[in-house]
Amino acid sequence: MKAVITVIGKDMVGILGKVCNTCSEKNVNVLEVTQSVLQDLFVMIMMVDISAMTCNLAEFSDNMEMLGRSLGLSIHVMHEDIFHSMHRI
Amino acid sequence: MINTTEILETIQMITEEHLDIRTITMGISLLDCCDPDIDRACEKIYRKITQKAKNLVKTGEDIEKEYGIPIINKRISVTPIAMVLAACENKDAVRFAKTLDRAAQTVGVNFIGGYSALVQKGFAAGDKELIASIPEALAQTERVCSSVNIGSTKTGINMDAVRIMGETVKRSAELTADRNCIGSAKLVVFCNAPEDNPFMAGAFHGPGEPDCILNVGVSGPGVVRAAIAKAKGCSISEIADIIKRTAFKITRMGQLVGTEASKRLGIPFGIVDLSLAPTPAVGDSVAHILEEMGLETCGGPGTTAALALLNDAVKKGGVMASSRVGGLSGAFIPVSEDAGMIAAAQRGVLHLEKLEAMTAVCSVGLDMVIVPGDVTPEIISGIIADEAAIGMVNSKTTAVRLIPAIGKQVGDTLEFGGLLGYGPVMPVNIASPAEFIARGGTIPAPLQSLKN
Repeated sequence: MKAVITVIGKDMVGILGKVCNTCSEKNVNVLEVTQSVLQDLFVMIMMVDISAMTCNLAEFSDNMEMLGRSLGLSIHVMHEDIFHSMHRI
Repeated sequence: MINTTEILETIQMITEEHLDIRTITMGISLLDCCDPDIDRACEKIYRKITQKAKNLVKTGEDIEKEYGIPIINKRISVTPIAMVLAACENKDAVRFAKTLDRAAQTVGVNFIGGYSALVQKGFAAGDKELIASIPEALAQTERVCSSVNIGSTKTGINMDAVRIMGETVKRSAELTADRNCIGSAKLVVFCNAPEDNPFMAGAFHGPGEPDCILNVGVSGPGVVRAAIAKAKGCSISEIADIIKRTAFKITRMGQLVGTEASKRLGIPFGIVDLSLAPTPAVGDSVAHILEEMGLETCGGPGTTAALALLNDAVKKGGVMASSRVGGLSGAFIPVSEDAGMIAAAQRGVLHLEKLEAMTAVCSVGLDMVIVPGDVTPEIISGIIADEAAIGMVNSKTTAVRLIPAIGKQVGDTLEFGGLLGYGPVMPVNIASPAEFIARGGTIPAPLQSLKN
């Protein structure tokens, strides 16, 4: 099972590190990262493997949201099924 | 592999364009709760609802977090209570309303629908008693919603019921005059009512439905509008295509959430209702979609045509995205719940007569229309009969949810708050249909051939 984490907000030092840290705390494996900085805006999309996650996805999503709030970023965690169902026939 | 553009498009739809699942509604049959003793019947109803729906809200919240999609409402619809009341020796129907309210509070849902009667061909045991109790039931409860089906294409229109419903709507407003006449905002009068509609206030669990089922209502007027806004200079054919593509995506999300929720709750998945349901939030308006297509204001010339296009394209796009489609499916036009409709009515461009024409091509009817408090029951009945006739002849669902604003006049505003919104009191043609309504009887079912 995979999930997609998106991080959008003002660029600063250590965003990737902090997000990855939260992932590793819950045994979530990062599979792929795409990131770009447009002017000051930081946009990152991560594909992660949640098969061996030590909590449920709702709790993980809460943790990420809290991290986002503490950093002033918008962080979303979404199950990959949503993208497959919306964009693939 | 999912690409970045698709991911960002989805996030933008949810965060900026108000894409959401409007409701997951659990339909529960109460036919096995009938009992001659009303106390026992109420007890059975309370037990069944609180047992079947105990995990509904929690499941909705879990899916919301895991998939990252807001699920705005978790609701319940039940068998029309008139059918349960029929078996009771004591016909004090309000006790059922209070039981439903208590059960809804226990499981944490904000509305429970099904305080209803189906009287399109006549009144059976329990129907008249239930209808008579509606104003009291809506005044004494918070979460209970009521609906009455007074006509259908196959049976014609029950004009006795039309007369009674005019009085019932007025009385429901009077009894809740101190609470912005909220009673009549929870009461819908239908023609061709669907039995699997997940949207309030008209949801009920039809007698042909299984014991327990999950129906989903999607939303997303903001997404459709944004898609059209990006396509400046397109022809109408291209706009229809854009709406279809967008409706497809929205509906796929509804299908996914519905399938997942029903799996977790261990009940069968019913239908996705492909509706564009607006909210008073800026950017979540059906009227604004029509204006984005090129109308100066919703309600002006061209409105009916634009709405017909929208309604049809939403269905065409949605049907392929879902295994089962049902409910009301189409575009809703509730005046007080749609920022664009409110603005158009305030400017005096959107009138009741135009709304009536729009209901011939959209999915529901005269919805959340605020009228002066001194409008007579006969006039309300006349409006109900007109609306039912449009539904009957065109083989579609139509409904009337009028709110007589007690003590208010044209120019005043009535504010409900929340999803029900607010709106101006709209003028009504007051030429009296009293004699026509007083005749009673039935408007016969229309011919289904020689269509001209």
